[in-house]
Amino acid sequence: MAQEPLLEVSHLSVTFATENGPLPAVRDVSFRLSAGETLALVGESGSGKSVASLALMRLVPPAPRVSLGGSAHFCAADGSRHDLLALAPDAMRRLRGNEISMIFQEPMTSLNPVHRIGEQIAEAIIFHQGASHRAALARAGELLEKVGIPDAHRRLSAFPHHLSGGMRQRVMIAMALACTPRVLIADEPTTALDVTVQAQILELLKELQHANGMAVVFITHNLGVVAEIADRVMVMYAGLIVEEGAMVPVMTRPRMPYTRGLLHSVPRIDPETLGSAPLTAIPGTVPDPLHLPPGCAFAPRCAHAEPACAAAPPPLEPAGEGRLVRCRRWRALAEAPA
Amino acid sequence: MSAAEALAPAPPAARPRSRAWRRFRRHRLALFGAAAIVVMVIAAAAGPWLIPFDPLHIDLRHRFQPPAGGGHLFGTDQLGRDLLIRLLMAGRISLTIGFAAMTVSTAFGTVVGITAGYYGGALRIALMRFVDAVLCFPQIFLLLVLAAFIQPSIATLTLIIGATSWMEVARVVEGQVRSLRERDFILAAETLGASGRYVMFRELLPNAIGPIIVAATLTVARAILMEAYVSFLGYGIQPPMASWGNMLNNAQEYLASAPWLAIFPGAAITLAVASFNFVGDGLRDALDARLDLH
Repeated sequence: MAQEPLLEVSHLSVTFATENGPLPAVRDVSFRLSAGETLALVGESGSGKSVASLALMRLVPPAPRVSLGGSAHFCAADGSRHDLLALAPDAMRRLRGNEISMIFQEPMTSLNPVHRIGEQIAEAIIFHQGASHRAALARAGELLEKVGIPDAHRRLSAFPHHLSGGMRQRVMIAMALACTPRVLIADEPTTALDVTVQAQILELLKELQHANGMAVVFITHNLGVVAEIADRVMVMYAGLIVEEGAMVPVMTRPRMPYTRGLLHSVPRIDPETLGSAPLTAIPGTVPDPLHLPPGCAFAPRCAHAEPACAAAPPPLEPAGEGRLVRCRRWRALAEAPA
Repeated sequence: MSAAEALAPAPPAARPRSRAWRRFRRHRLALFGAAAIVVMVIAAAAGPWLIPFDPLHIDLRHRFQPPAGGGHLFGTDQLGRDLLIRLLMAGRISLTIGFAAMTVSTAFGTVVGITAGYYGGALRIALMRFVDAVLCFPQIFLLLVLAAFIQPSIATLTLIIGATSWMEVARVVEGQVRSLRERDFILAAETLGASGRYVMFRELLPNAIGPIIVAATLTVARAILMEAYVSFLGYGIQPPMASWGNMLNNAQEYLASAPWLAIFPGAAITLAVASFNFVGDGLRDALDARLDLH
């Protein structure tokens, strides 16, 4: 990568202080994100993907309830570099929504029910660009048009309850994009939407990304969406990165048994019989983060585990094709059929 | 494919405001209360111009005129002053103090409650324990002690009553804010870079406005009652200026011989307090968000 990365996260850890001791939600996560790139962050519920992204936005509760470790160097539009994890709250607030934006899973509840949507979009513009109310509203109208809301200028005065889920998610995207951020974190933005709307939203994100060169961190557990949108994939399990690499090799030749398990858990239609192909679930559940196994966190659920796996945690090591895998048996598995 | 299909022009749902108004209208007592308040406010504001008597004019030849006697619709008092005009002048004072004290206590209580609810942690504990501590004082004694030390006037009475009745609003707001704070749209506003003050007053406050309005309405009723107590006990509005409380105080001696002197101000207090309470109840039903869900 010749280009300077836009966001360089190294050894990010997020630990919640609970009554039962420290709860490590994210452990030693490192990645780089370049302009125009889409990184998909994949994992089961509780794998730490949402917490990691909220930590980057510094929207987790303050210390001592949550302690953050590592660094996240962000390259701002003016060329200055900041460590997002160490930035003063005010400086962080100026970046949020301006250079780094986020959209959420729940479009139905992420808009304030008492304000007109035009006002809600305009606020972000007023916060960060000091635009006049009139100019901000005009820009909000353009944004709504851009995200494909018909009759956009009239919709500015609509309340959130006048809009459907897909429309609300478009409004959320318009809000997030209001200040043309350099990085967009999308936390399962299409999960709550039905499939056709989901496809529209993904298409829209791709278009906007091409237009602005924005980098996207796309959090999802939907592997179909990953194949659709991602350049690179990062699979998380129990707060750790277990496999990371370019989308095609990871999705077609996964090395980590967990990634394989995820891919096999996706329902497919068998074109021959028109019935569903056999679906394999990964046995067991995500380990309790308060009582993580001493070795590989996935070992208790892994069909390929051997005694050594449970003894010591495996390192994250290069496994060819520019990918990283956290599994001591990846070489053996590379030869075995998926 | 364009978005047009996703957005079949949905019939605009009834605005929450109009739904609230429909529910309010169904509440008979609240409608009655609202009407009574409007009538009282108009009468107190405009009435004295229409009545050809001076509230302070003493006419010893026409003392203790019974109602409807000698051109005095509500009769006269022990100094021959027209009771109706005094009642209306007193109404101006009582209603003014009621509304002004409500404004003071609602503003202060809202700021305390929203600060406690938004920031949480030690600040919340400190503020809410302070609220509990002030609530532990019997309000009427606190009021009397303060009133005994401070020169009574409309402004000081307003401040004193406001200072002893903001705790309810603070509690209501704190509870609302604490639950609203966890809602997704607050996190969404924060990801857009909203400041703490913006989140508190533009995002949280408008969503908590229903319970605040209800508490404020009930506070008006209580403030009118408080002013009447204090004036009745002689620490409030001083004669010859009339207030419903000190008119009742005057009337005590003549309860047997001239009962109307007590009945009219008593009825005025009852009507005002009951009306505000009815309206508060009606608003509580009308604005209850839970009824809006489905």
